[in-house]
Amino acid sequence: MTVQKSRLEAGATRATRKRHTFNGGIHPDGHKDVSNAAPIVTLPLLSRYVVPLRQHIGTATRVLVQAGDTVLRGQMIGAAEGYVSTAVHAPTSGRVVAVEPHEVPHPSGLADLCVVIESDGLDQAVEFQPLDWRNLDPSALRNRIRDLGLAGLGGAVFPSFIKLNPEGGGIDTLILNGAECEPWITCDDRLMRERAAEILQGVAVMRHMLGAREVLIGIEDDKPEAIAAMRTAAGADTGVEVVAVPTLYPSGGGKQLTYLLTGRETPTGGRSTDVGVQVFNIGTAHALYRAVALGEPMLSRVVTVTGHVATPGNYEARLGTPVADLLQAAGGALPGSTGKLVGGPMMGFELEDNAAPLTKAVNCIIVKHPDLFPARPAALPCIRCGACARACPADLQPFEMYWFARAKDFGKAQSYDLFDCIECGCCSFVCPSHIPLVDYFRFAKSEIWERERHKHDADQARTRHEFKEFRLEREKLEKAEKLAAKVAENKARDAAAAATAAANPDAAADPEAERKKAILQAALDRAKKAKEAVTPQNTESLPPAVEKQIAEIEARRAQADTAVEKEAGQ
Amino acid sequence: MLSAILVMAGIGLVLGAVLGWASIKYRVEDDPLVEKIDAVLPQTQCGQCGFPGCKPYAEAIAKGEADINKCPPGGEEGVKHLAELLGVEPKPLGEGLEPKPKAVAVIDDNNCIGCTLCIQACPVDAIVGAAKQLHVIVADQCTGCELCLPPCPVDCIHMEVVKEDVATWKWRYPIHAIRRVE
Repeated sequence: MTVQKSRLEAGATRATRKRHTFNGGIHPDGHKDVSNAAPIVTLPLLSRYVVPLRQHIGTATRVLVQAGDTVLRGQMIGAAEGYVSTAVHAPTSGRVVAVEPHEVPHPSGLADLCVVIESDGLDQAVEFQPLDWRNLDPSALRNRIRDLGLAGLGGAVFPSFIKLNPEGGGIDTLILNGAECEPWITCDDRLMRERAAEILQGVAVMRHMLGAREVLIGIEDDKPEAIAAMRTAAGADTGVEVVAVPTLYPSGGGKQLTYLLTGRETPTGGRSTDVGVQVFNIGTAHALYRAVALGEPMLSRVVTVTGHVATPGNYEARLGTPVADLLQAAGGALPGSTGKLVGGPMMGFELEDNAAPLTKAVNCIIVKHPDLFPARPAALPCIRCGACARACPADLQPFEMYWFARAKDFGKAQSYDLFDCIECGCCSFVCPSHIPLVDYFRFAKSEIWERERHKHDADQARTRHEFKEFRLEREKLEKAEKLAAKVAENKARDAAAAATAAANPDAAADPEAERKKAILQAALDRAKKAKEAVTPQNTESLPPAVEKQIAEIEARRAQADTAVEKEAGQ
Repeated sequence: MLSAILVMAGIGLVLGAVLGWASIKYRVEDDPLVEKIDAVLPQTQCGQCGFPGCKPYAEAIAKGEADINKCPPGGEEGVKHLAELLGVEPKPLGEGLEPKPKAVAVIDDNNCIGCTLCIQACPVDAIVGAAKQLHVIVADQCTGCELCLPPCPVDCIHMEVVKEDVATWKWRYPIHAIRRVE
């Protein structure tokens, strides 16, 4: 192990840090200088924003507004639903025009539910309440952070409030990921150069919440300005160390950076928290600073717009800004461009539609040109050379996993630890047969997930069906029991009555029969009384002729009644 | 010679007794094959196989009374799994049986009269409601068996195919354009 030279040169007086290197990794062309020279430009207010309700990993938010509502900047328009979720807010004040499926930046190209807001140009905000993070109850503070919509800005967009839970105090090291190892992307670089102090204030909040003893900020050594800016901002803070890591893709992978900085290897199927480390992107720290110090929800982010555009650079844009507007801000795509990539060239995906908006996950938009991104040659058969295994930073055997994924033998692919694959693309990059290995791994993973979903559904259906059968059987049994009980009761009463009758044969009659007779008589009497009390309602104010007629009828009826009574009397 | 025969016979008796005791003590109540077949079946409980549910079909397969290609919701994939499990050749789905895309039943709010007939028909208790109250289908638990359609006296239930969305979308099998070699 050699002592890290750059750190010594920087005149650091702290204990020397051992340098660990992960296996594999590649050196793609950086293309960072295309966009990292100019300062971050803030986009002006637009007339229309499209805000997706699902901008994070997990459950989509529950929409809180409907078409026609007026909203203010920072007003929550989507509330966190379920545990793995975080809120979404209106980027400006205005009117909600629609809540409808709309194009979103997603590899599927499918539409997702979005809130379309037409700006009123006033940009009025709700009142932002800074958080008293040192004194607030940790659980309440996390809930506030969830409602402020914080999600990891490194690309995975995992809700931050979940990661800020110390889980029993097992986290001793907080790692800030400023490696930014993907080619072309420079948004973290610019953010560190320009807003190092703000980032470190966010880091202080993270450190407080996690109770971490040590903070390590890992930055690839191709960003000397960012390293210098962060070191200056960190100053004499003894718990915070800015470490330059060698430029080697994918040193910005969470597990890779953890190993680089601490030498702790994340176990298979586990997370860095299993080895006492929590990793955040520096952009997330900056957003946390704004959330806590200003009380501002996550409303904007810095995004790199680069490649074949007129003025490549970094732009601070509100979430919901259509990609078309972002490209326009960068001077527009130059002639001859052949599409766009969202994210970097290693892990990003093609974007079909310029109407798709900026989300929390989008850190870079690259306009392609055949000179910059030549078409991938047709894939040739695998020659099992093992280049992919040597390049794999997760110590996997991609050529074996490829074989089984291709044959759709997913169980076998999984037995080669498919789910430890971070989809970094090193294997596809080095493959001499140009096989798109990662595409196969993504395919296999999503097939396995779907099967697990189906299995879960089938198990649930089986349990419910079995319970229904059990319930029907139980109801049948209960009915039969009730019937049997009633029959038994009747029988017992009859037997008792018979016994009484047998005991007093001279009793005039059965008491039960007497009782029934009495009830019947009472009912008859009541009916008779009621009949007598009733007076016809239609005999008032009748013409004299009709009255006379009625009188005659009544007389006849009385006569008939007396006749009947006489007969009955005889 | 005699002692050898006696010893062998004695060992035989003792081992026989042990085996006999073990067969009673460790008797397997359920047919494990039925459980295994049932685990492969999709549990829609739709009865398209001609049996009243997945378990009875599994029992019939285990007894050799039913063919393995009678389950349309399982599709070709399901037949393949059953064939693998039973060590037989897979075959195409039975005549007149066709796999359909996954769908869930939906009740039309305006026409439901609250008769509870569909609730009684649902094999997985996925319909909520009471007499003269509007019934609602819990989409997450609906298996798409269509058993609620025929009993409805006002035909207010229809099936809706479950569409792929951002959350359930799958990466496709990589397909690469074949180009002419120049």
